Amino acid sequence: MRISTRINGVARQFDCQPGDTLFDVLRRMGLRGVKEGCDREGTCGACTVLLDGKAVLSCITPAPKVAGREVLTIEGLGDVASPHPIQVAFADAGAVQCGYCSPGMILSTKSLLDRTLVPTQEQIAEALSGNLCRCTGYVKIFDAVRDAAAALQQEKKDNER
Amino acid sequence: MSADRTRDLQVVGHSVRKVDSLGLACGQELYVADYATPDTLVGYVVPSPYAHARIKRIDATRARAIAGVHAVLTHEDIPRIAHTTAGQGYVEPSPYDNFVLDSKVRFVGDRVALIAAETLEIAEEAGKALDIEWEMLDPIFDPDHAMDEGAPIIHDEPEAHMPIPVPYDPKRNMAAGANMGDGDIEQALRTSPKVYSRDFSTQYAQHCPIEPHVTLGYLDARNRVVLITSTQVPFHARRITAQAVGIPVKRVRVIKPRIGGGFGAKQEVLLEPLVASLVLATGRKILMQLSRAEEFLSRTRHAIKVGIDGGFNEDGTINGLRMRVQSNTGAYGAHALTVMCNCGSKVLPLYRMKAVAFDAKAVYTNLPVGGAYRGYGATQAAFAMECFLDEVAEDLHLDPIEIRRRNHILPGEGSPVFAALGEGKPGVEQKIGSSGLAECLTLGAKAIGWEEKRSKPGTGTLRRGIGMCALMQGSAIPEIDLGAVHIKMNDDGSFNLTCGATDLGTGSDTILAQIAAEVLGVDETEVLVYSSDTDLTPFDVGAYASSTTYLSGEASRRAALAVAEQIREIASEMMESHPDPATLVLKDKAVVAPDGSRVTLGEVGLRSLYQANQRQVAATGSAISHKSPPPFSAHFVEVTVDIQTGQVRVVKYVAAVDCGTAINPKLAEGQVEGSVLNGISYALTEEYQFDDKGRMRNTGFNDYKIFGTQDTPEIQTILVPTWEETGPYGAKSVSEICINGALPAISNAIYDAVGVRLREGPFTPDRVLAAIRQKA
Repeated sequence: MRISTRINGVARQFDCQPGDTLFDVLRRMGLRGVKEGCDREGTCGACTVLLDGKAVLSCITPAPKVAGREVLTIEGLGDVASPHPIQVAFADAGAVQCGYCSPGMILSTKSLLDRTLVPTQEQIAEALSGNLCRCTGYVKIFDAVRDAAAALQQEKKDNER
Repeated sequence: MSADRTRDLQVVGHSVRKVDSLGLACGQELYVADYATPDTLVGYVVPSPYAHARIKRIDATRARAIAGVHAVLTHEDIPRIAHTTAGQGYVEPSPYDNFVLDSKVRFVGDRVALIAAETLEIAEEAGKALDIEWEMLDPIFDPDHAMDEGAPIIHDEPEAHMPIPVPYDPKRNMAAGANMGDGDIEQALRTSPKVYSRDFSTQYAQHCPIEPHVTLGYLDARNRVVLITSTQVPFHARRITAQAVGIPVKRVRVIKPRIGGGFGAKQEVLLEPLVASLVLATGRKILMQLSRAEEFLSRTRHAIKVGIDGGFNEDGTINGLRMRVQSNTGAYGAHALTVMCNCGSKVLPLYRMKAVAFDAKAVYTNLPVGGAYRGYGATQAAFAMECFLDEVAEDLHLDPIEIRRRNHILPGEGSPVFAALGEGKPGVEQKIGSSGLAECLTLGAKAIGWEEKRSKPGTGTLRRGIGMCALMQGSAIPEIDLGAVHIKMNDDGSFNLTCGATDLGTGSDTILAQIAAEVLGVDETEVLVYSSDTDLTPFDVGAYASSTTYLSGEASRRAALAVAEQIREIASEMMESHPDPATLVLKDKAVVAPDGSRVTLGEVGLRSLYQANQRQVAATGSAISHKSPPPFSAHFVEVTVDIQTGQVRVVKYVAAVDCGTAINPKLAEGQVEGSVLNGISYALTEEYQFDDKGRMRNTGFNDYKIFGTQDTPEIQTILVPTWEETGPYGAKSVSEICINGALPAISNAIYDAVGVRLREGPFTPDRVLAAIRQKA
């Protein structure tokens, strides 16, 4: 089956075999920021991407489901030459230890901050509840989300000026 | 004192950004699986369905005939070489009781055969197509009966042996034994006014790095086996892989890319020999990655029973303590001896006593295999010791903090345990050089509100309680562990720092860069770190035993000092007045003389490589340690206990930690917070459930709960600076100690809330409710 979609802002077509998940397809395209940590049962969050702005688990998302829709992976959010403020906030807050969960965490954060730039602690914890991290104890991740929200608010203000 | 000595530091003591963090946040840094190419085959281990059985006959003809199968290896196809998977120094203090493949399986999930195939599905199909005639053997699951007369013998193979002279008796399922004593413990227990005896037990648990074990292997153009692998111990992985598959060390190259967490699980040389075997058999590139379910059956925290007998005076001072340890090492003895010894060596010296005894055994069972896990025995024994002291304090009408204050070790003091208990041999005598424990106790108590909140459980359904504990760990294994760092200068005055030290997310690359940068008078961004590749980087034992900051950090300092000396000589040649090099100072990316003359490091670099008296400015620093300075910590926790459901919730957790100088305070806090939450998760939810055939039933995150964002309480870290004279810029270790606090502190807090003592983890609603009902 041939699927047309948009990935990181670019129109893409891919062939998919029965049983293929979005995770399989993204990895085959060389998008290595999606990670695998739970036998494709959607319990670790390391494979999180945004589908039409909403955080989804690519390892349990059937590939054909993305037809005609917009996929954002960590590679589309920013890179080291031009990082997104959320990526900078995670790096600066000490929220990245081993980093294996970071792309998923950051995309879940993006989904949250697209909805509100003044998230409560409860909203942050809820938005990231599907993303497991074994390194940080989440403390610095919470800090990073708040720092990112502040940076994006500032950016918004600057743009409005 | 510490503040005076750290005040003028430019890079050390500052929370600079972790060098790899932005690349990780952008998904650009690469992990093992990211190196796979389309022609890579899948490596697969056929798991044993039985806990204890012998392979009488195995026929792989049908499996090999399946399209897409490139190799099927059984124990008949490869050399049979006894080794240990424990990634420890040579000679490893763990029994040689493991083979790449054997004619016997010893736990459910043990290796039956190895397969290389085009896809995982094909490999699994080939596994099912193996024709195996089994001889079923009686299993033994209960560690209390593993050494009974007539119990099934798990390691009856003639090769099983301990490579060092310590008690080992596989015919009785004994994987290790250790005894030490100082003073007359019997007399101390007989004559003390107050004598207590309590027993505690801890459960199986898994590290759960979000990236499970994974190894990629191939033959390079010089017919060498290259392993890109998720390991904490690249040099041990090279040595043990070569040994296990029977090829020379020089034919193996181990590369560690970014690692998705380890926590001790990857101090085990598990997949590397398997992948090497498949690479040698096929000549193809092989990727083997464990599934989450398989990861649970890789290595675990040893389930340990710890008993303590103690003789006390009425004022709470300790006359003598005896610690009794029974560790369940599962089917193989990896780390059995050393984890068990750590129960004593990282817990008993925390307190002064006239007599001490330690009596420990590790037993084989047909259950998953114990291994290294952050805390490494101290976690299990600190639970026992710190709950025990809480009970004693209560009986003697002492505040729990006060009983610690009356007994804890102070700077200048030693402990007979240090000298008596080492890594399978006597330990190394040491006196405490630095300790901030007294201040940790004070600051932690204040932060939790000890005075105001203690012993006020309330009367509703939700009872509140406060608990605490004191902790120590070590920093590196003295007289054994080696860390080495190489630094060379580039033509723009930047530096390459290569090290075998293994950053698995801890931030050690950054720490080592900061230490070198401080010496060289530059920002840490001028120091380009590369770790670890056995072909390219100097030796390091790897990331374990809380050694990297203390030991590899010292190696970095020494390498940088040697490089700085070379730079000063060149700078002196370049300056008109040719000042005494010893008078020159490296700062702000330049070399400055007392008379104000100045050359930049860029100018030094260019001259040294291109212009005059050319030579490579470079040096290697090596460090071993003659002691293992303990970090100290005091933990305080506030919990609520629902007396109707038994549900325990942590409201607030305070960890006050003395890690000497925190080279990077933010990264140090990250180590504390991560280990604290892992400890809380272990204390409240994590445990293996087995069926009566020895099968683990909860092999996924749905059934084996690890804490997520919504479970996380407020965690407050208080770094209490001290100056450890033997550490780089006064630093000690920080990575392990804080995983040890949650079990005892929460158990003690539950007692404060509802008056029941939980001496067995985890404190699940069922267990807590049962204890409450039993009391009623």
